[in-house]
Amino acid sequence: MAKNPKVVELEEVVVKFAGDSGDGMQLTGTQFSDTSAFVGNDLSTFPDYPSEIRAPQGTIAGVSGFQVHIGHREVTTPGDQADVLVAMNPAALKANMKWVKQGATLIIDIDNFDNKHYKKAGYIEDPLHDNSLDGYNVVKAPITNLTRDTIKQYGLDLKIADKTKNQFVAGILYWLFNRDLKIGEDFLKQKFRSKPDLVKANIAVLHAGYNYAETIEVLSTTFHVHPVKDKHGLFRNITGNQATAWGLLAAAEKAGLELFLGSYPITPASEILQELSKLKSLGAITFQAEDEIAGICSSIGASFAGRLAVTSTSGPGLALKSEGIGLAVMTELPIVIVDVQRGGPATGLPTKTEQGDLMQALYGRNGESPCIVMAASSPANCFNFAFKAAKLAVEHMTPVILLSDSYLANGSELWEIPFMKDLEEIHPPFAEDNDPNYYPYLRDPKRLNRFWARPGQPGLRHRVGGLEKADVTGEVSHDPMNHQIMVETREAKVQKVAEFIPDQEIIGDKKGDLLVVGWGGTYGAIFSAVNTIREQGRKVSMAQFNYIKPLPKNTREVLSGFKKILVCELNLGQFASYLRSQLPEFNYAQFNKVQGLPMFISEIKQKIEEVLDSMNSEQ
Amino acid sequence: MEDSMASTVLTRDDFKLGEPVKWCPGCGAHAVLATIMNVLPETGVRKEDVVFVSGIGCSSRFPYYINTYGFHGLHGRAPAIASGIKAANPNLSVWIVTGDGDSMAIGGNHFIHIIRRNINVNILLFNNKIYGLTKGQYSPTTPKGSITKTSPDGTIENAFKPGELAMGAQGSFYARVVDTDPKMMKEVFAAAAQHQGTSVVEILQNCVIFANQVHNDITGKDVRDDNQIYLKHGEPMIFGKERNRGLRIRNNHLEVVTIGENGVTERDIMIHNALNPDDTAHYMLVRMTLPEFPVAMGVVRAVETTVYESLLYDQIKHAKSTSKIKKVDDLLRSGNVFQIDK
Repeated sequence: MAKNPKVVELEEVVVKFAGDSGDGMQLTGTQFSDTSAFVGNDLSTFPDYPSEIRAPQGTIAGVSGFQVHIGHREVTTPGDQADVLVAMNPAALKANMKWVKQGATLIIDIDNFDNKHYKKAGYIEDPLHDNSLDGYNVVKAPITNLTRDTIKQYGLDLKIADKTKNQFVAGILYWLFNRDLKIGEDFLKQKFRSKPDLVKANIAVLHAGYNYAETIEVLSTTFHVHPVKDKHGLFRNITGNQATAWGLLAAAEKAGLELFLGSYPITPASEILQELSKLKSLGAITFQAEDEIAGICSSIGASFAGRLAVTSTSGPGLALKSEGIGLAVMTELPIVIVDVQRGGPATGLPTKTEQGDLMQALYGRNGESPCIVMAASSPANCFNFAFKAAKLAVEHMTPVILLSDSYLANGSELWEIPFMKDLEEIHPPFAEDNDPNYYPYLRDPKRLNRFWARPGQPGLRHRVGGLEKADVTGEVSHDPMNHQIMVETREAKVQKVAEFIPDQEIIGDKKGDLLVVGWGGTYGAIFSAVNTIREQGRKVSMAQFNYIKPLPKNTREVLSGFKKILVCELNLGQFASYLRSQLPEFNYAQFNKVQGLPMFISEIKQKIEEVLDSMNSEQ
Repeated sequence: MEDSMASTVLTRDDFKLGEPVKWCPGCGAHAVLATIMNVLPETGVRKEDVVFVSGIGCSSRFPYYINTYGFHGLHGRAPAIASGIKAANPNLSVWIVTGDGDSMAIGGNHFIHIIRRNINVNILLFNNKIYGLTKGQYSPTTPKGSITKTSPDGTIENAFKPGELAMGAQGSFYARVVDTDPKMMKEVFAAAAQHQGTSVVEILQNCVIFANQVHNDITGKDVRDDNQIYLKHGEPMIFGKERNRGLRIRNNHLEVVTIGENGVTERDIMIHNALNPDDTAHYMLVRMTLPEFPVAMGVVRAVETTVYESLLYDQIKHAKSTSKIKKVDDLLRSGNVFQIDK
C-alpha cells in the first residue's frame, strides 16, 4: 500500500488533454471540467481539434486537444500554458510542448512511444532519451496495455478497450487532483445511459487508472484546488454556442414569440442549429436550408410572418448572406444574424479562431446598409448578448449581427444560471388589427422603428420588398429626396440604439497612462493581463467593447481619460480602423495577432509593458 | 393545416389595388393577374391570410398589383422567403410569383428544394423564355439557337423544361397553361390552390417586347387546337380541331394516333391519371414537343403526399407533450448542474 503523498494547494491549474482525434480527449476533458465545477472550482475550457474528422492516426495533423483551466479564484481564460499535459502519443507531445510550462507534469502513454509512432510524429531523436524532457515530471504510464488488461479481466469486449483508455487517463487525474471518483462515474452513467456495457467498461477503466496512480504513486505530490470562496448558487458548465442558442430561446419566450432558425451547417456555428433542433418543445423551428442564402431568406420570411427569426453562420456564410441582410435593412424586419467567426478569408481555418469579420459585419453590403453590430465576450455571456441582440432586433425593427468566434463557441465556462423573471422585458412593436392609421413605414419617434404588421392580421394588408419605399406610405418610390430621407432615417434608427444600451464600462481607473481596448472574445486574456500589470502599480485600465455599432454613447469620454490607447484584436486592426473613423481625435496603438489562436495573457502583458516603457522613455 | 374559412363572400374587387399596373401593354402577365383575382375569392381563404411572394423580374412585380400581404424579395430567393413564411404560419395561403430567369437560373437551387420539401405553396412560373426586365438576354428556357442580345450568333445552351425539374425534385403537382386561355388558367390555378403540397404552374407567357410570339406555335389561334392537349384527370388524352387525335403508349413510348385510322378506336387512347404516384407517364407528357407531339397543358401531376409543415408541426406537438422542458427555466436547469453552497 502506498504511503499518503504530500498534498499541494494550488490557486489554479491548467490541464491539457491531447491525443488522436479518436482518443476521446474531448470527452475526458469535459468530464474533468464538470467534476471540477461540481466541487466548486471556477473554470474555462478550450477544445482544439483538427478540421478533418479522423486525420491520419499518430500524426501532428490528427492531434485533438482539450485544455481546461480550473481555479480557486476567478478564471477568465483557458490559460496560456499547461501545468499538466496528457499526451496519448508522440505527436500529441510534439504538438503541445510549446504550450507547456517549464517543469510541468507530462502524463504519456508509454505504449505508443515507439519508433513507428516517432516516425509518424516526425521525431528524429527519441524524445524520452534525448534529454529534451529534463526538468519535467514525466509519468510514463502503460495506458493502452493496462486498459486492455482491465477490459479482459472484466470479461468485456476487447474492441472497446481502445475507446476507453481515456478513462485510464481520467483515473490518474482524479487521483492526482484528489477528486471523488463517484462524480466521474455519474458523468459516465449520464453520457452512456443507453449503453450499459459501455458504462461498465468505462467505470472499470476509470478505477484501474486511479488505482494504478495510487499504487505506483506516479508523483510524490498530489494537488488540491479549493472551491471559489464567494461562489454559491446553481451553476453549469456552458459553451458559447449552447449559451447563444439558449439566449435566443430566452428572448423568444420573453417577447411572447416563437423562435425560427434558418441555417446551413457550417463550422464552428453548427452546434447552434443542432442545439435548437432538439428544443421543439419550446416551439422552436429549425429550418436546415439548402444554402446560406436560403438560411437568411427563410428567416426574413419567418420574421415577416411574426416569428423571432435568426440565422447562424460563420464568415464564409456571412458573405453569402450579404444581400439578404440588405433586404432585412430595407424591409426593416427584425432578424438576428449570428456570425461565429473563424480564420479567413475564403475557407481559411475552419476550426480556428479569429476576429476577421468585423468590417464585413459593419460594411459588407451594397448601398448604405446599417445594422446593429455587437459581440459576445465570454462563452457564458453569449447567452446575455444573444438575448440582447434579439431584444434590440425586435424592438428597433432592424437586423442585428452578433459576433461570436470559434474560441467562445467551443470554449466553456462556469455559469450561474439565471431566472427568466430577472431578465429584461421585450416588447415587440406590433401593429393593431384594423388600425386605420397603419402605414408600413410610419415610425415610432422614440426608436424610429416601423410597426410589425403580420400576415393574417385583418386590416393591415401591405407590401414590403427590396425596392426603395416612400417614407410613411411604403409605396415603391424612385423619388430622389425620398431616397435621401430613407437612407438617413435607416442610419439614424441604428444610431438611436445608443440610447438603449449600457454605457461602456472601464475596468480599472477612469484616468491613467494606458487604456487597453478590446472587443468580443479577447476579454478574458486582456482582463488577466491588465490585472496583473495593475497589481504592479502601473496606471493601466481596460475597456472591452460588446456594442460596436452604435458605440456606447460615453465612448469618447472613456477614451479621453488616457494618455495612450492600445487596441488588441485577432485581425490586422479592424476595430482600430473603425475607432479611427468614428473618433479620429485619438491616437490608437495596435496589438494584432492572426494565427488562428486566441490571445495569450503573456503576449498582451508583454505588449502593455512595451508600450508603458516607451511612454516612460519618451518623457 | 386547414386554411381559415372566409366569413364573408369575397369578390375580385377585394383584391384590387389602386396602384397602376406597370407591365407593358399587351404583356401576358395582365391576363394572369386578372385570372388570379377571379380565383382567390373562390378558394375560401380570408383575404388577410393570402401572401404573394416574388423574386426579381417583370413577373415578380406582381405583389405590388394585388391587395394582399406581399413580399417582393431578392432575385431567385422567393421560395426561401416563402418557406420561412409558411413554416412560421402554416395557416397562410402562400403564392410565389417567379419567372424563368428567377426560378430556373439564379434561383434554381431554391426552386428544387422547396419542391423536394413539399411545402404547401403555389408557384406561378411565368415562362416567357427571355430576360425581360434586363432587356432581352437569353434565359435557361430560351430555345437552343435563339438570337438574343447576349447570343447574337444563337444560344449554344440546352433549354430547361421546368416540368422536368419539378418532377426530378419529386414534385407532387405540376401543371402547364397558356396566358391566352383564361378559362384554362382559372381551372388550373384553382386546382393548384386546392392541392396540398408545392404546386408548380408553368405559364407559357408572351413578352411583347423581347420575345414576342415565342409561344405562337402553341398559342396561335389557327394552330392551338392541334398543337396543345389539355389534359384532364380521368379523361382520354384527345386533342385536335376535329377532336379525333389522341395519345397512346407503344413499346414504352408515347405516340400520336388518329381515331378511325389504322383500326384505332377511342378505347386505345390513354386515360390521364394525374394522381398516379409513379411519374413515368407524367415525365413523358411533360417532355412532349412540337412538331411530333402536341404540348401538354393542364394538370399533369397532382399526387397527395406528406406536406412539410404538417410533419413539422406534428413533431413540435409531440415534443411539447412529451418533453420535460416546457419553459426556458426548465431548460436552463436541465442536465448537469452544480449546486455550490456557501
